[in-house]
Amino acid sequence: MIVSVASGKGGTGKTTVTASLAAVWDGSLVAADLDVEEPNLHLFLQPIMEGCERAHLEIPVLDESRCTFCGACSELCQFKAISVMGQLVLTFPEMCHGCGGCIALCPEKALSPGRRELGEISWGLAGKARFLMGRLRIGEAMSPPFMRLVKAKLGEMMAASAGDAILDAPPGVSCPAVNAVIDSDVIVLVTEPTPFGFYDFQLAWEAFAPLGKPMGTVVNRAGLGNEDIYHFCRDKGLPILAEIPYDRSIAEAYSCGRIIADVSPELKETFISLGGKIRDLAELSSPGEVAHA
Amino acid sequence: MREIVIISGKGGTGKTSITGAFAHLARNKVICDLDVDAPDLHLLLRPSRERVEEFHSGYEAQIDKNECTRCGVCASMCRFGAIRETEDGVSVDPLRCEGCKVCVAFCPEDAVRFPQKHCGQWYVSSTRFGPMVHAQLFPGAENSGRLVMVLKQQAKEMARARGLDLVLCDGAPGIGCPVISSLSGTHLAVAVTEPTPSGRHDLERVAELCTHFQIAFAVIINKHDLNMDEASRIEAFCREKGYPLLARLPHDPIVTRAMIDGLVVTELPETDFSRELIRTWKRVEDLAHLGP
Repeated sequence: MIVSVASGKGGTGKTTVTASLAAVWDGSLVAADLDVEEPNLHLFLQPIMEGCERAHLEIPVLDESRCTFCGACSELCQFKAISVMGQLVLTFPEMCHGCGGCIALCPEKALSPGRRELGEISWGLAGKARFLMGRLRIGEAMSPPFMRLVKAKLGEMMAASAGDAILDAPPGVSCPAVNAVIDSDVIVLVTEPTPFGFYDFQLAWEAFAPLGKPMGTVVNRAGLGNEDIYHFCRDKGLPILAEIPYDRSIAEAYSCGRIIADVSPELKETFISLGGKIRDLAELSSPGEVAHA
Repeated sequence: MREIVIISGKGGTGKTSITGAFAHLARNKVICDLDVDAPDLHLLLRPSRERVEEFHSGYEAQIDKNECTRCGVCASMCRFGAIRETEDGVSVDPLRCEGCKVCVAFCPEDAVRFPQKHCGQWYVSSTRFGPMVHAQLFPGAENSGRLVMVLKQQAKEMARARGLDLVLCDGAPGIGCPVISSLSGTHLAVAVTEPTPSGRHDLERVAELCTHFQIAFAVIINKHDLNMDEASRIEAFCREKGYPLLARLPHDPIVTRAMIDGLVVTELPETDFSRELIRTWKRVEDLAHLGP
């Protein structure tokens, strides 16, 4: 089972929930940070790193001696990454999405695969859990292609030994966030009951509901703000899987890099129960698996 | 004309609440929400929309099942795993389609259509603090640096036409495409951070991004009393790098109270938080060379 922890609004507690779930998870687990622009999960899980590799995107490299300036490549490219003006070809590697179209199309085989560094993928051990993260290179604009490579590594890690994965997704509801949750079995939406939290939560629901995956809500800082989020979840049939109280001592523990599940026995119980509810949610929606179990 | 962008790296540090108060305090400006993915500034400023424009960006492949012979060329060439073959035929998953046109170009049957994508809307509005330019991408759409550029362009044109000397922008979290677009051509980036390991880590990355693009950078520590040790680490980082530290704002529930009332904090009765915020805005004005 792959569980993604997403939010809409940033700073609602995605990483807090992911780290605590990983700390109490029953069974084999990979905890993966897919918030590649601003990865934070390692700050809480403090993994012992075992390896890392640089990840690249394939981009075209021109052999001018073969180019006839026919312009087919620039006509195909939808991202203005290659342009032919008279007897001059300009490539803009940072604009390239790595579709490989120009290289496949060039009738003179004047374009060959080169690469642009997207970031660094690293992995290790965090207690019992295996750990994986991607860190986008600063100045790199495109996180989705890099996230695809981090997910490919996650696939390798899960194939190597069975078990579950929990993904810490980036904030927002557009392509990077959708990219993070699209291959998961369950989506956990973390929100806070404030007007900002509620507005972005509705956007997240609109973005993720069409994926048809089981979804549930964790209300962080419960007691702050108002009741709108609870009414919305009731209307949409979204279960509230856990509530984490609004409490300055929790915020202070977080500010020291502590895992919230370790703060008190009650909070530990909250996350153990959340883990169980996530499993129930996954099983409810896939009756085939239940029959096998 | 000056352009100031409020960013943070990490989400939820208080960017939008602080931008809202600055919108109240600043004179002669156009307000611009560049978080087109999960925008929230409108919840404080309650804009009245005066103009609505559709935003189209990029294209999306669609396979015409009547002409498709299921040869498999498109699926084998798609780098994005967007093409699926099922019993009903071959189809494109719009959430995975990158709009690269490779399947269109290589389909031997010309069976792939390529219509433009309708990604969202943008608005020109009026607020009690002045004109505002903002947008909403459709949930799940491609987060577009292009939409950010459209908004900035529009805001600058309006400022020029109305003789205003400031474009005040709320940015998005992260360091990727929309943030890079929001920084382009800006005079000052003000980062709002919090004294937590995540706040500091993300501040360091967004600071490096601004340095990479040679954008002037200054820092506000919000909720600074949450963890004094972390706050002093952030202060040391700013000193070492030469980033002006504009303010240490206390953790104050007034921020949530204002949000619930649809107001900005400086509209509520004064607290230490709002008094410090007023001083902070003066420092931002000085730093951005905005005349009195």
